[in-house]
Amino acid sequence: MRVLVGVKRVIDYAVKVRVKADKTGVVKDNVKHSMNPFDEIALEEAVRLKEKKIAKEVVAVSCGPTASQETLRTALAMGADKAIHVEVDAATAEKMEPIHVAKILAKLIEKEKFDLVILGKQAIDDDANQTGQMLAGFLDWPQAMFASKIEPDGSTHLKVTREIDGGLDTIKVKLPAVISADLRLNEPRYATLPNIMKAKKKPLEKKTPADFGVEIKPQTETVEVSDPPVRQAGIMVDDVQSLVSKLREKGAIP
Amino acid sequence: MSLLPGALRRLATRGAETVLRSFAVRLGSTYPVDDDLFQLTDEQKQFRQSVFQFAQKELAPYAQEIDQTNNFKQLREFWKKLGDHGLLGITAPTEYGGTGGTYFDHVLAMEELSRASASIALSYGAHSNLCVNQIARNGTAAQKEKYLPKLCSGEYFGALAMSESGAGSDVVSMRLKAEKRGNEYILNGSKFWITNGPDADVLVVYAKTDPSKHQHGITAFLVEKNFPGFSTAPKLDKLGMRGSNTCELIFEDCRVPAENILGKEGKGVYVLMTGLDVERLVLSGGPVGIMQASCDVTFDYVHQREAFGTKIATFQLLQGKMADMYTTTNACRAYLYAIAKATVAGKLTNKDCAGVILYCAEKATQVALDAIQLLGGNGYINDYPTGRLLRDAKLYEIGAGTSEVRRLIIGRALNKEYGA
Repeated sequence: MRVLVGVKRVIDYAVKVRVKADKTGVVKDNVKHSMNPFDEIALEEAVRLKEKKIAKEVVAVSCGPTASQETLRTALAMGADKAIHVEVDAATAEKMEPIHVAKILAKLIEKEKFDLVILGKQAIDDDANQTGQMLAGFLDWPQAMFASKIEPDGSTHLKVTREIDGGLDTIKVKLPAVISADLRLNEPRYATLPNIMKAKKKPLEKKTPADFGVEIKPQTETVEVSDPPVRQAGIMVDDVQSLVSKLREKGAIP
Repeated sequence: MSLLPGALRRLATRGAETVLRSFAVRLGSTYPVDDDLFQLTDEQKQFRQSVFQFAQKELAPYAQEIDQTNNFKQLREFWKKLGDHGLLGITAPTEYGGTGGTYFDHVLAMEELSRASASIALSYGAHSNLCVNQIARNGTAAQKEKYLPKLCSGEYFGALAMSESGAGSDVVSMRLKAEKRGNEYILNGSKFWITNGPDADVLVVYAKTDPSKHQHGITAFLVEKNFPGFSTAPKLDKLGMRGSNTCELIFEDCRVPAENILGKEGKGVYVLMTGLDVERLVLSGGPVGIMQASCDVTFDYVHQREAFGTKIATFQLLQGKMADMYTTTNACRAYLYAIAKATVAGKLTNKDCAGVILYCAEKATQVALDAIQLLGGNGYINDYPTGRLLRDAKLYEIGAGTSEVRRLIIGRALNKEYGA
């Protein structure tokens, strides 16, 4: 089984994001970036499938600017066998939407024959949560989104557990399929020094959207990016009676 | 990590981000190190990133509790994780379970671990450099085969014992005696201030096999904690580096097999002195990590705290202090990385290994003091990490040679260059 994993370079989850003064986006220069945490989980799952001899090869793909290659190197150090970088310039990367990534991945999969795609359920920068679903649609493959457990079911199917309100939803999908990883699927490993050194020798292929016949034409326009509203200070009330009347005034109690 | 029902988390557009970011807030914010300033290779950058993530997630959340209780409850588990990460045997050869990395890699690991918890990082330094690296450099094939794999995996805890209550800076005046009896050596005496002493399974111990020859009568031994006649005193209550366990070692007719001599009989002083140079270099990652941690906590704090209607970071006096902290940290880092790179390239200098740790250690105390000052009242409360950073930093002016001994080494080296 060949597994494709999508990895996106995003602003590191620990960074305090700042909005640009002109409100066109957030500050990205000199800000620490790393692999989208959900993609780390997706990659970890693929590597574990390989370690269990269920998967034969794990390929990591990233669409983004040149710096995305750092993220791909991390993927290789975590255990991917090969990396594919679909390069776009920084300005185009800003305008890239899930549908573009899904189209590129669909073409790549048609060309290179994969049996399974695992993606993070969403990227923590745009929180779109769309690429996996759209990709399954383009390919006409079954989808299992928000996986919290993945097990083989014979050689043709996978059993996927999904966390839903009030319980677990277990579904069976026929391969090939698209899966998206949720937070509790696994705990990703850290890249160790020997594996970082080994990753240096693994292949990293460079492509462009044009190689897949995909044009990056945005479907949405960002009107404004602004900070969340600052929480207003509360007031102190003298006694229970005035508390009740204040709450009634605000319509919080009848 | 989240108590929110799955669907709610997914539907709320900022759900996942909130979960992850609230996690990050708990860890505290960090001020990034610009690796490009120091021309790190892509692999070195990745390695720092990997150790940073590991240390911030697996160690930093416990740092305060470790300091307050003078104990790290999950120490052994954490040691296994360090082993899995390939950090314990970072400079040991791969055929013995090591990672086969360089002293530069070791410095980076020491720095990032110290940034998270300087005390546990000190224990890490004692284990990975003082014990593991000394065995890797001086051990026989049989000794390496026997001890390194378990020390590299984290199954064993390692230590090195040099100082005695009456022999600190003047270490060659040590009195621990080793007498040959048949195929064994019988050790009598004690060692003091031994990092990892209470936890160690294997220790590199220096003793006098021939006291009449002074330093040329010193021999290094590999001692296991189960050897008859070996015991440890209760752990010491220290000013800083709390949770990095330190104690006295007691040898009462302790029987050590002759095959456990590290290096050659009477040649212990060479093992000791050459080891000290590398030790000073690698441990210098400690104070640099503490300085970085000081910047991490302080820069963020002063950009949040307001006084007179504005962020206190924009006051000139505070800008000046921040600038000093930033510049000092990077100057120390630049000196450290330069000497680490030179050492990897084969130019190990006694003078500069002493110079790096002398400079970094004193500056770390200074930078930690600045951090306390910038946090004001909060800097003086133990709910904030700055007090711990100061107490931890001070150790580096004393341990692995005092500042005075380091100056003496540098001064003597300069004298020698002038034939004085």
